[in-house]
Amino acid sequence: MKFLPLVLANLRRHKLRTLLTLASVALALFLFASLRTVVTTLAAAAQFGSARRLVTQNATGIVFPLPLSYANRLQAIKGVKAVSYANWFGGRYGDNKRFFAQFAVDPQSYLAIYPEMVVPEDQKQAFLRERSSALIGRRLLDVFGWRVGQNITLQGTIYPGDWTFTIRGVYTPTDAVINDDMLLFHHDYFEERIGRPGIANWYVIEIENADSAATIAKTIDQQFKNSSAPTKTGTEQAFNASFSTMWGNVSLLMGTIGMAVVFAILLVTANAMMMSFRERMSEIAVLKTVGFTDRILFGLVMLESGLITLVGALIGLGGAKLLYRATNFNAAGFLPGFDVTTNTLLVGGSIALLLMFASGLVPAIRAARLPVVQALRRAE
Amino acid sequence: MKIPLSYNARSLLQRPASTLLTALGIALVVAVFIGMLALANGFRAALTRTGSAQNVLVLRRGADSELSSGLDRESVNILASSPHIASGTDGKPMVSPEVYVLIPLPRAGKDTTALANVVVRGVSAAAWTVRNNLQIDEGRKPESGKAEICVGKKMAGRFDHTAVGDKLHFAGRDWNVVCRFSAGGSAFESEIWGENEQFMPVFRGEAFQSVTFRLKDPAAFEEAKRTLEADRRLTVDVHRESDFYVQQSQLLGRILQILALMITSIMAIGAIFGAINTMYAAVASRSHEIAVLLTVGFHPRSVLASFLVESALIAVVGGVIGALLALPVNGIVTSTTNWASFSEIAFSFRITPVLLLAGLVFAVVMGLVGGFLPAWRAARMQVVEALR
Repeated sequence: MKFLPLVLANLRRHKLRTLLTLASVALALFLFASLRTVVTTLAAAAQFGSARRLVTQNATGIVFPLPLSYANRLQAIKGVKAVSYANWFGGRYGDNKRFFAQFAVDPQSYLAIYPEMVVPEDQKQAFLRERSSALIGRRLLDVFGWRVGQNITLQGTIYPGDWTFTIRGVYTPTDAVINDDMLLFHHDYFEERIGRPGIANWYVIEIENADSAATIAKTIDQQFKNSSAPTKTGTEQAFNASFSTMWGNVSLLMGTIGMAVVFAILLVTANAMMMSFRERMSEIAVLKTVGFTDRILFGLVMLESGLITLVGALIGLGGAKLLYRATNFNAAGFLPGFDVTTNTLLVGGSIALLLMFASGLVPAIRAARLPVVQALRRAE
Repeated sequence: MKIPLSYNARSLLQRPASTLLTALGIALVVAVFIGMLALANGFRAALTRTGSAQNVLVLRRGADSELSSGLDRESVNILASSPHIASGTDGKPMVSPEVYVLIPLPRAGKDTTALANVVVRGVSAAAWTVRNNLQIDEGRKPESGKAEICVGKKMAGRFDHTAVGDKLHFAGRDWNVVCRFSAGGSAFESEIWGENEQFMPVFRGEAFQSVTFRLKDPAAFEEAKRTLEADRRLTVDVHRESDFYVQQSQLLGRILQILALMITSIMAIGAIFGAINTMYAAVASRSHEIAVLLTVGFHPRSVLASFLVESALIAVVGGVIGALLALPVNGIVTSTTNWASFSEIAFSFRITPVLLLAGLVFAVVMGLVGGFLPAWRAARMQVVEALR
């Protein structure tokens, strides 16, 4: 590493160029990390789900409800520990610029089945007590400036009218994949207002033993096969995965753009390295004359290109990691748990190494093979 | 006096590698720019084409999509007897009370967990003329009273059992696919159509989701809206069909557009940095030439212009290559969920001449921005120093 000062001096010669190239690499890797995190976040959402939770929905489709009377029959099935249910509400708040999901749930059983949603005990009790109260995700406090105890009014799109709830509790998810911007309210209140049709969009079922998930799912579907509303039961993970696949080919799109970004940046750095080399041919010849071996010269050029790409990568990748963490970014609720993974950082680092070799190789080889006499003559 | 363009062209050819690398960098940015906007464009176009300005779409009051709406038979009868409805060639009113539901269908391919929410639309016999640009490409229309369906053109290949003659299973029974229809590239092409009275009992029971009718007088929309919304027997919202579908495209259309602009502007900054590097190097290596140009009487302004032109020239080459790189995506069909309606929609990447031009302009802007500082330095060069 005794040559480091020499390499640094070289980099300082064209400060602007070094800076611009570095910045390009940093921007490119920032973009790469962002795009890849979209893909990993969607994948994580598709993977999420406790092995001990099943979801039962109407076999015809998620938009068709199931009778509320199924709850007791589900509870009676062997191996089932707890049953809860939820309805999609689909309300608008204010100008509806910021969408968030609302669910009518059976409060007691729902919170028991989802220990990942942490609510302070006093708030939990207040929420359970009051039928027209709501439990909201922590993020909604910041988004709308709400506070506990406040009344909020939603306009129902599926269930018409104004719906007013009192915020009684705030939950914090322990798993980042769980949305922290949902609103939950009492299913019973919901039923009462829409004339007690007795409906649930889906059931969440906690089972005693994860290994019997497939058997229990089959038993459930068998039991309701010939009823008015046949069911489809699967693991919670499969249920979540079905939402992720609805995006279609996002991964392919993000991947393609990511490739284009990386390739574009390769062109910029390669060009910069070539330019530096060309300007310094006579110097390299001088170094050779005073005894620098071909191998050292090769290494010097590589080191120079490596410093640019690796420092650029550090700034770009680190910047992405810190920025998304600091701003708590979640794409307006579409991508909960948006966080640059270690894996993404590693892949980004490998790309930086690749950039170093790809952009430094040609000038480095040329430097190593440079015929001294010719180079010195050209410099005249 | 101006420095001739050929000087720039020949200078660029003097260092082909550097020129090409810079141009290619710009090309990639332009390609991504055009490609992503083509995606947003295609999505918007599909939904924009879905609605007709002559049609009126009626939903339950407060419903923001067909899915969340519901109209009972009585309301539908009142709506269907509105005096604003045009009559078809057969003398019958051009109105279609529709059942609209979503069913999960597995996408064709290995991954059986990949589900898409496909629109199933139960229509009246008049719907085929009321809705826009409908055309049966293969087979015949479903007959009334039978379990027959017609599938949109873009369903084929993306889902199994959707060819004419196949049986598609949903809602607990088999449906005969008797035809395939096209609809001018609109969102209808991603839907399954059948008779409303057939779908009602198997899905949600006695309720329609929407009523669409053709206006007798297209100019009378406001009047029709006023009378229907004021009718005390009804609780409905009346939309112009074209406006409704444009609004359905807004959420995702905007997301795609913002994404396109964000990604390409970050990429563009990188490409501009590359151009700055290249042009500074060009200016530095040609300081002798520049000094000579200034000595023989070219105004510094001409030198500035000349280097700007040179930078723009690289960018134009890049822009053209980028446009060529992006062109093959035109027409490729892709699909995603339109979160405004929660339904799967297939659409084609759509590259328009305007978009290509925008790509070129974008390239030139990158070139000019990147070339400005180096060109400025060239113009301000001290002749004596440079010649020494």
